[in-house]
Amino acid sequence: MMKTMELYVHIPFCARKCAYCDFLSFPQGVEVQRQYVDRLIEEIKTASAGFRDTTVTSVFVGGGTPSILESKEIVRIFEALRHNFHIEETAEISMEANPGTVTESKLRDYRTAGINRLSFGLQSADNEELVALGRIHTYEEFLESYRLARACGFENINVDLMSALPGQTVDSWLETLKKVAALKPEHISAYSLIIEEGTPFYEAYGEERGEGLLPDEDSEREMYHKTKTVLKELGYERYEISNYAKPGKECRHNIGYWTGVPYLGLGLGASSYINGCRFNNTSDLEEYLSGAAGQHCDEIALTEQDMQEEFFFVGLRMVRGVSLRQFEEQFGVAAEAVYPGLLERLVREGGAEISGDYFRLTEYGMDVSNYIMAEFLQA
Amino acid sequence: MAEYSQEKIRNFCIIAHIDHGKSTLADRIIEHTGLLTSREMQSQVLDNMDLERERGITIKSQAVRTVYRAKDGEEYIFNLIDTPGHVDFNYEVSRSLAACDGAILVVDAAQGIEAQTLANVYLALDHDLEVFPVINKIDLPSADPERVANEIEDVIGIEAHDAPKISAKIGLNIEDVLESVVTKIPAPEGDPEAPLQALIFDSLYDPYRGVIVFCRIKEGTVKKGTPIKMMATGATYDVVEVGYFGAGQFIPCEELSAGMVGYITASIKNVKDTRVGDTITNRSNPCAAPLPGYKKVTSMVYCGLYPADGAKYPELRDALEKLQLNDASLFFEPETSVALGFGFRCGFLGLLHLEIIQERLEREYNLDLVTTAPSVVYRIHKTNGEMIELTNPTNMPDPAEIEYMEEPIVTAEIMVTTEFVGAIMTLCQERRGVYLGMEYMESTRALLKYELPLNEIIYDFFDALKSRSRGYASFDYELKGYERSELVKLDILINREEVDALSFIVFSGNAYERGRRMCEKLKEEIPRHLFEIPIQAAVGGKIIARETVKAVRKDVLAKCYGGDITRKKKLLEKQKEGKKRMRQVGNVEIPQKAFMSVLKLDEE
Repeated sequence: MMKTMELYVHIPFCARKCAYCDFLSFPQGVEVQRQYVDRLIEEIKTASAGFRDTTVTSVFVGGGTPSILESKEIVRIFEALRHNFHIEETAEISMEANPGTVTESKLRDYRTAGINRLSFGLQSADNEELVALGRIHTYEEFLESYRLARACGFENINVDLMSALPGQTVDSWLETLKKVAALKPEHISAYSLIIEEGTPFYEAYGEERGEGLLPDEDSEREMYHKTKTVLKELGYERYEISNYAKPGKECRHNIGYWTGVPYLGLGLGASSYINGCRFNNTSDLEEYLSGAAGQHCDEIALTEQDMQEEFFFVGLRMVRGVSLRQFEEQFGVAAEAVYPGLLERLVREGGAEISGDYFRLTEYGMDVSNYIMAEFLQA
Repeated sequence: MAEYSQEKIRNFCIIAHIDHGKSTLADRIIEHTGLLTSREMQSQVLDNMDLERERGITIKSQAVRTVYRAKDGEEYIFNLIDTPGHVDFNYEVSRSLAACDGAILVVDAAQGIEAQTLANVYLALDHDLEVFPVINKIDLPSADPERVANEIEDVIGIEAHDAPKISAKIGLNIEDVLESVVTKIPAPEGDPEAPLQALIFDSLYDPYRGVIVFCRIKEGTVKKGTPIKMMATGATYDVVEVGYFGAGQFIPCEELSAGMVGYITASIKNVKDTRVGDTITNRSNPCAAPLPGYKKVTSMVYCGLYPADGAKYPELRDALEKLQLNDASLFFEPETSVALGFGFRCGFLGLLHLEIIQERLEREYNLDLVTTAPSVVYRIHKTNGEMIELTNPTNMPDPAEIEYMEEPIVTAEIMVTTEFVGAIMTLCQERRGVYLGMEYMESTRALLKYELPLNEIIYDFFDALKSRSRGYASFDYELKGYERSELVKLDILINREEVDALSFIVFSGNAYERGRRMCEKLKEEIPRHLFEIPIQAAVGGKIIARETVKAVRKDVLAKCYGGDITRKKKLLEKQKEGKKRMRQVGNVEIPQKAFMSVLKLDEE
């Protein structure tokens, strides 16, 4: 059987940095964007050398806002990818796009490039909330982009949404969910806003400053819990802590991350997991563009213990949980022996449940997933 | 070694309120007597422990011998005996004073007399010491030496207008002080031919020589080979070496005779055998009676010390043993706590002593400690006629077996500027103080006298005093005795389990308030868990206060973008790290600092 892997391609550019964003992304001119793609193609050529015998099952182009690139650049990137990697015929090929940055001709080029799944960063259907987030688009612009995407033949579309936004109410959140679900995208990602250090939001709302400005804990939890019930009624099943999909439309690439599929990250700051090693590309644009040595930084060869820990804290993001039998097969020791008393305690305390062979988070466990996942670190 | 006759010896100490410049003056005296060059001087030669220097407190008394060539052309031996500057070490102070014939009283030219100044002067006068004042810090802009001189004469009743007016810091008029030592402090007396009678005023453990005993020879002579006996402990040894104190070093000599101050070594393994205040005599020619004033030092404050990492228990024991070699007043014995595991119940002279030991264990021995609430020693009179001394609240007998309880009471003197008298009286009343009286020092300052239960002042009384008087109040106390009191044991239940290490004894009238605050404090300290955690305070099984730590509702990480698992793991590790410093009690993780909550009940 041929080995499989996933590819992640990072495009670190955006029209303007959003107020909550702590991703590796920044505005740049067309010339730098072109240089970046040149360098990216170089990297694709070099990096692919080790994967002649590996089939790529999914590609994900993320950012930033990949759709901010001229579409000919996207086409160039995919030409290089297809030329250098064995990309499966049926591979899931996703790209992130921001409403307002796509045109019909761009979308047609994406189709030509082989992209079969689009992920729109909408965040909210409420224009005031969008302004507060520092987004560059309106809900109406999203509707137009979405309509164009369908018209151009995209049959697999995700919409990213965020709850717990400044000024958001439970009602406005449910309104967003319903409006978006009515458009029948195949997939919805629903995240609860986290105020990250180093963002303008942190200055405004961090360290308790958000009191009275952000939804209170009760509303925030209500939004979070209603997301599941509302989306379920509308035909979306939760399969991962923050992801919902129509049956069969779960994001394969995303699931790969949580189930130990190897992946190669290409582009600035991209993370990889190859042959039991985790490493990252440099996050310094100049260094990346110059192609200087030592692009791979923070390389960590996972130990048996690291892998056991990841098995749980990564795998538990999946709603179905992790297979205890698989753990035992993979590591030659039962999970209960590595974590004496822990699984039982988490079940007793209501954070997890055991269903057949699977150990998974309960609804409550997902609320406090971080707390539970930290328990699986052995050191 | 040149021989000096008794009349050329001056044995003295310096007494002062904290921060009035005692150690700095000691430095200047050593400098001006020329045994050390300026280059050799560390800034405060007498305080050789780092900790002391940082805190500006002299913890252990030490001595130095210098040679002064006076204006009369003669050379004098100065034995300067340093005394600890804190009320916790009052007994050690009294023994150091007993080794002296006179004392220099240092008073700050701006601050004037403080409570501790008075306490120490009275102590010195009690020991028949010749006391002469020195007014220090006259270089300060706020200095008012005339006013301070008047105050000394009015309050203490000693002549002060011819007192040397100096600045120890900049070295001004130090010669006046040295001349006064020669002219005002009497030479020692005593017969070198009489049976040996030497007072132990300190001791130090040296890994090579054993205990080095600091003593003042009152009568007789001691030299290498003298068979000696410690009269209180009964320990006997043969002297290996005698000598005197250079600055920072021990200089051997032939013999020590009546009137001299020096050290003795005799292969003594433990400072327990060389108790401060004990009398050394010659076994073959013993003196008739020991010197007066010896008492066995007893611990006033107890607390539990536990290693934060249970595996470090043997290291904690070793460290305590090493500290005890040098500090006979440190008491410890093993104890076990359900919540904290294996540790030690330790006894201290006072809260400062406790803090010093705790800091030394943490700094010098690199130990991470959990300290339980300090407790005083209560006396429990049981219905069966038995009396027990309670040092650990956990050991409190069943209330049905208790006839009555007693708690230690101190008499306290508080010096305060008149504008804060009201605030300080309120504070003392809140702490169950009994007003004894008030004296005005001068129009602006008063000396308040109170009787206070010791357990009301060991936690934070000093801090409260300072904050309520904007730093102007000073304070001194001594143990008066025991008095009957209504006391109860307050238990803390976390998630319905009693946490032994959090129990404490409290005056019954304060139990409700203390219990409530304790619960509030613990609610802040204990992190949310997956389940709700009740925190309850109980007296005799009856719940008197309750708070609840709600279950955690949300704890999620940001989107794990592009598969950056490494970053996610780092965030989880940070979370896990916080938990490591916690103690598991039942199902609840309790942060170590929660066990010290009782110390902070009075913080706003």
